[in-house]
Amino acid sequence: MPGSARRSRLTLRLLALGYLAALLAIPVAMVFYRTFEHGIGPAWDAVTTPPAQHAFWLTVMMVAIAVPLNTIFGIGLGLAIVRGRWRGKTLVSAIVDLPFAVSPVVVGLALILVYGNKGWIGGVFAENGIRIIFSTPGMVLATIFVSLPFVVREVVPVLREIGVEQEEAASTLGASSWQTFWRVTLPAIRWGVAYGVILTTARALGEFGAVAVVSGKIEGQTETMTLFVEQRFQAFDLTGAYAASVVLALFALAVIGTMTLLDRRKET
Amino acid sequence: MAIDVHHVSKSFNGFKALDDVSLSVPDGSLTALLGPSGGGKSTLLRVIAGLEEPDSGEVLFSGEAVTTLPAQERGVGFVFQHYAAFKHMTVRDNIAFGLKIRKRSKSEVRERVDELLALVHLGGWADRYPAQLSGGQRQRMALARALAVQPRVLLLDEPFGALDATVRKELRDWLRRLHDEVHVTTIFVTHDQEEALEVAQQVAVINAGSIEQTGTPDDLYERPANPFVRIQPALGDGTPVPVLATRQQADDLELHAGQIVWLRVHHMREFAA
Repeated sequence: MPGSARRSRLTLRLLALGYLAALLAIPVAMVFYRTFEHGIGPAWDAVTTPPAQHAFWLTVMMVAIAVPLNTIFGIGLGLAIVRGRWRGKTLVSAIVDLPFAVSPVVVGLALILVYGNKGWIGGVFAENGIRIIFSTPGMVLATIFVSLPFVVREVVPVLREIGVEQEEAASTLGASSWQTFWRVTLPAIRWGVAYGVILTTARALGEFGAVAVVSGKIEGQTETMTLFVEQRFQAFDLTGAYAASVVLALFALAVIGTMTLLDRRKET
Repeated sequence: MAIDVHHVSKSFNGFKALDDVSLSVPDGSLTALLGPSGGGKSTLLRVIAGLEEPDSGEVLFSGEAVTTLPAQERGVGFVFQHYAAFKHMTVRDNIAFGLKIRKRSKSEVRERVDELLALVHLGGWADRYPAQLSGGQRQRMALARALAVQPRVLLLDEPFGALDATVRKELRDWLRRLHDEVHVTTIFVTHDQEEALEVAQQVAVINAGSIEQTGTPDDLYERPANPFVRIQPALGDGTPVPVLATRQQADDLELHAGQIVWLRVHHMREFAA
């Protein structure tokens, strides 16, 4: 029956759209609405205060450190998992997924145990006057930890798919393993890497729990954008909280946009 | 360049892919490694190329041991069954790969690649990507890429296995002609007896990790050490068929149950009669 088939298709579509609207679109739109309710002026003032600017640049720094490190690590580990022949591969591959499974708050607490002033490693640093927890290095560690699996998880299936033949061909043509990596392997997995980088960036930008635990939330010192949003909210400065949220949302939109563009290029 | 393989053995997780294999390939010859799949012929080719390290035994190029030399330093050209084309590079860049690695000048690379494009009849396809080529074209590109660096030996692993029958026959004739022109020592792996007997000057029959016999196609046909003859056109492909029942033949062929037998066409007719 074509009529009822169309009706059920329409119902399905409406349900899906309604779900998206209720959970995503309306709340996000509300944030934008409340931010610019009284014009752009107050919002602009709220995100240009010194603590807000500091939070912004701290977040940028987190991303700038965590993303390259996790990219290099992710490609390296991906290669080791797919191409290497060593014991414990399965175990390591499972451990990489831990940040997906463990709650960020637990990650933060675990980092304090190890890197706090009384922790094994943190103690050594503390004796030399370097503070890791309640300071930037700890926050960088937390960000790296929670965004660690993305590049590995994107790269591993692509490496499996391309197989070893192209690499073997390169070596019979006289390429060293380094040349083979740069000229053959990396170009072949570039879309996987790009995807992983984007997901890592998104995660690093938005991380709250782990960073909150290890940061100590010192305003103007250890406050990233997400922490700043929460702090403004707790201080009943709703305009500040919404405005900072909009900055984060714009970041995220840029990331999603890049991902969509990449997707399109991949198809051509 | 002559190639000698001395007592090479290679196992994968306890499976003996090569069991004490020795083989001599004369300089400038065209040799086929013939046998059923899983028989060890590809492994032998990969050991010669340096893509696989033997557990024991030696590989000699012109009398010089190269067993521990990595593939990149052996100066071999290798052609894979599934082409192993660099998908992100154009046909021109694929062929130029080895030359660029060797840091040849731009003009030299250009000249050599143009020459090879003409040789493999891909002149008009230089700026295409492998995905835009047919299987036969991709394999010709892979051949040109392997030949670009003027290898001391050309190794082909089931080069025509993934192609349809017409293209396969065409490329097979072309390989024969190419060898007559270029005279590079060539070894190719095949499970197709017709292909081996028609193209090669020397055929080594490999089964279950051992070489059963080496000789010219005529030797193999006239004096089979082990009745490796085959059942082709009747069955449509070159897969060896184990004999299930024992049957005594009148003149020169005795079959045993469990034995793998390749039948020539006229033997087939005798069976049928």
